[in-house]
Amino acid sequence: MSCCAPGAEMALDLASTTSVLPSSQEIRLASRSLGGDLHQTDLSVPTVHCATCIQAIETALGKLDHVEGARVNLSTKRVAVRWRGNEVPPFVAALGRLGYEAHLFEPEVGDKDKTLSELIRAVAVAGFAAGNIMLLSVSVWSGAEGATRDLFHWVSALIAIPALAFAGGIFFRSAWNALRHGRMNMDVPIAVGVSLAYAMSLYETINHGDHAYFDASVSLLFFLLIGRTLDHVMRERARTAVKGLSQLAARGAMVLRGDGARDYLPVGEIEPGMQMLIAAGERIPVDGKIIQGASDLDCSLVSGESTPRNVAPGETVQAGVLNLTGSLTIEATAAAKESFLAQMVRLMEAAEGGRAHYRRIADRVSALYAPVVHLTAFATFLGWMAATGDWHRAITIAIAVLIITCPCALGLAVPIVQVVAARRLFENGIMVKDGSAMERLATIDTTVFDKTGTLTLGQPRLVNAGSIDPAMLAIAADMAAHSRHPFSKAIAGFAAPSGQHKFDAVTEHPGFGIEATNAGSAWRLGRRGWAGWKARTGGEGKHGYGGTVLTKDGFIVATFDFEDALRADARTAIGQLNDAGVLVEMLSGDTAGACGEVAKMLGVDDFVPCLLPSGKVERIETMAKDGHKVLMVGDGLNDTPALNAAHVSIAPATAADIGRNAADFVFLRESLLAVPLALDVSRKAGHLIRQNIAIAIIYNAVAVPIAILGHVTPLIAAIAMSASSLLVIGNALRLQTSMPNSPAKEVRRNRQSDFNELARSS
Amino acid sequence: MTNLTYLIPVALSLGALGLGGFLWALKSGQYEDLDGAAERILIDLEDKSER
Repeated sequence: MSCCAPGAEMALDLASTTSVLPSSQEIRLASRSLGGDLHQTDLSVPTVHCATCIQAIETALGKLDHVEGARVNLSTKRVAVRWRGNEVPPFVAALGRLGYEAHLFEPEVGDKDKTLSELIRAVAVAGFAAGNIMLLSVSVWSGAEGATRDLFHWVSALIAIPALAFAGGIFFRSAWNALRHGRMNMDVPIAVGVSLAYAMSLYETINHGDHAYFDASVSLLFFLLIGRTLDHVMRERARTAVKGLSQLAARGAMVLRGDGARDYLPVGEIEPGMQMLIAAGERIPVDGKIIQGASDLDCSLVSGESTPRNVAPGETVQAGVLNLTGSLTIEATAAAKESFLAQMVRLMEAAEGGRAHYRRIADRVSALYAPVVHLTAFATFLGWMAATGDWHRAITIAIAVLIITCPCALGLAVPIVQVVAARRLFENGIMVKDGSAMERLATIDTTVFDKTGTLTLGQPRLVNAGSIDPAMLAIAADMAAHSRHPFSKAIAGFAAPSGQHKFDAVTEHPGFGIEATNAGSAWRLGRRGWAGWKARTGGEGKHGYGGTVLTKDGFIVATFDFEDALRADARTAIGQLNDAGVLVEMLSGDTAGACGEVAKMLGVDDFVPCLLPSGKVERIETMAKDGHKVLMVGDGLNDTPALNAAHVSIAPATAADIGRNAADFVFLRESLLAVPLALDVSRKAGHLIRQNIAIAIIYNAVAVPIAILGHVTPLIAAIAMSASSLLVIGNALRLQTSMPNSPAKEVRRNRQSDFNELARSS
Repeated sequence: MTNLTYLIPVALSLGALGLGGFLWALKSGQYEDLDGAAERILIDLEDKSER
């Protein structure tokens, strides 16, 4: 079980991670009461993955005081902890000690995916009915006569009733909804075909007729429900995977009352004028003004700036920025609903994307298909009436036409391809929110990237490590290990393997740097002006990020240069997009200099720097007006309106919560190759969908004339429908084999590493 | 023909029994955590009783 012991590597990651454990007040807010003083808290634990993990977690949590029990759900990577009393047991810390990083999960109160269980129940009922009716039908086909046949028909009719009422209800409701709003979808011909087939068969049974289509109407429901359920499961899986990511927005804040009392209030209850205490590592919940303290703020998710901002009392801060180094007292200047985050939501709602008008392929096809089918059936009825004058015969044949054209293959043609495609993407760490996203992605001709956090990782990287004296670098690394500042973390990565330096005292001066004393000399690591107080000034501003230096007793002994690290494979990904005939552009809120550098390194020709969130939306809307279909890839709060305005959007897993919710695709791995891969799979899926629709139409072209001539029996209908469905499914499965990488084992391992990456990045 | 009067109800009720069993399993949460169920079989019972 070596896979399972989260060894030294994990522990190290935990030590250096920026996320602080959720405070017990925060956990209380996220818990729900189970009656009495029993509470349940749902935690997302992305790294849990085997029996040993389950056992370790359940045993350790069960031993804590006041904990009633803990249950791990391995499929959703969640732990439900039930506990009593007013004090929150320290279960997050206990999990941390075991090496599992846990974050709070928004409990969906009473909403345990009702649609899925309804679908599965419908499939079970339809399957039961279809199996039994098919058994009886086989007896009829093999020659049951007279009273026996009537008995079998009657039994079939009885079995079909619950199936139609329960399983068919899903289609009837959807069809009725569409018709009521004057639209047409695939469920309309299905509902019409199934109910007419049942009514006609019932009439035949009452009048001792030979042919009843109970089997056709019920097995049709069964097949279609399978397709629908698979589709739902796939989307649900993507949704839960995305939801399981740690929440990046603050849930509440410690409010300092006038009389000195401290209360932890949820974000919604914070009002302008209240004073909040923000510890290092916390996100700022609402817009405010700093009244006390100094710190560095990470604004990358909010504005796209890659360099941490240095703040002092008097400055204003926006909701959503991460406080890195020092604790701050902030006076709220806006309530949550007027804060930056809420403004982004409003901008997002105002930006009406192309997707609002997008109609899915299946709906477009059925809008053409249904009238044609219904007209053909009607014409058949008229034709037979004119030819024979026998209205019973004419109606029977017309309904046979409807049954044979009932879009079994067509109903499966689109969802089955999308399910297979979504599965392929899922295996590669890309989550698809819904099928229409793939249809839209297949049509794009322009890709717009955000810079910070998307093309780059938003984490600085030390670039001149090679030219620094190794001894000095080791000292700097040991000092840097005491800070959360991104620059410190970049330096700390170069710690010498041979043990730590022993400093007498290490203090962090928020906004300036770190100071340590050792054997009488004072070491400082930080801003040039502060650390090198004895050095002659003049070099200032020469280095990219204001200059970070290591000093001994005030004399500079080493300088550090940083640049924003590029996301893995960013260059290759952009090359592949260019090869696929897609224009690439970069929109950023960062400075022109920083953008130009990244653009040059990646080979991106077009970029627009210093954009406000609304500027990004305007740029995308202009492109859309010029007839371009735009894919937006971005991660920040400031990208969210643009993500919504674009034709289709992709966000990395490290994106702000609201951005992840707005995006159609979310990729979990670090590599930017996810973008061309998603495009490639979507285009192939689009191709297969068209093929499948063609197959369905060819099938109809062959079967319909036979039906119109009156040669269709229930046996022929059953064979024809099954054959066409199998053909469509088989064609869809070609997508699985057409890209022969990632065998099953590899996939499992990759999925594992996804979650590890997630745990690290969050 | 007379055989059918009891054979068909027997066949149907067996099928219905299976369907009922499935619906019960679904409702009582047996399908909530399929991956977990596959792994839990590896956990020793003795360790569990200690909990």
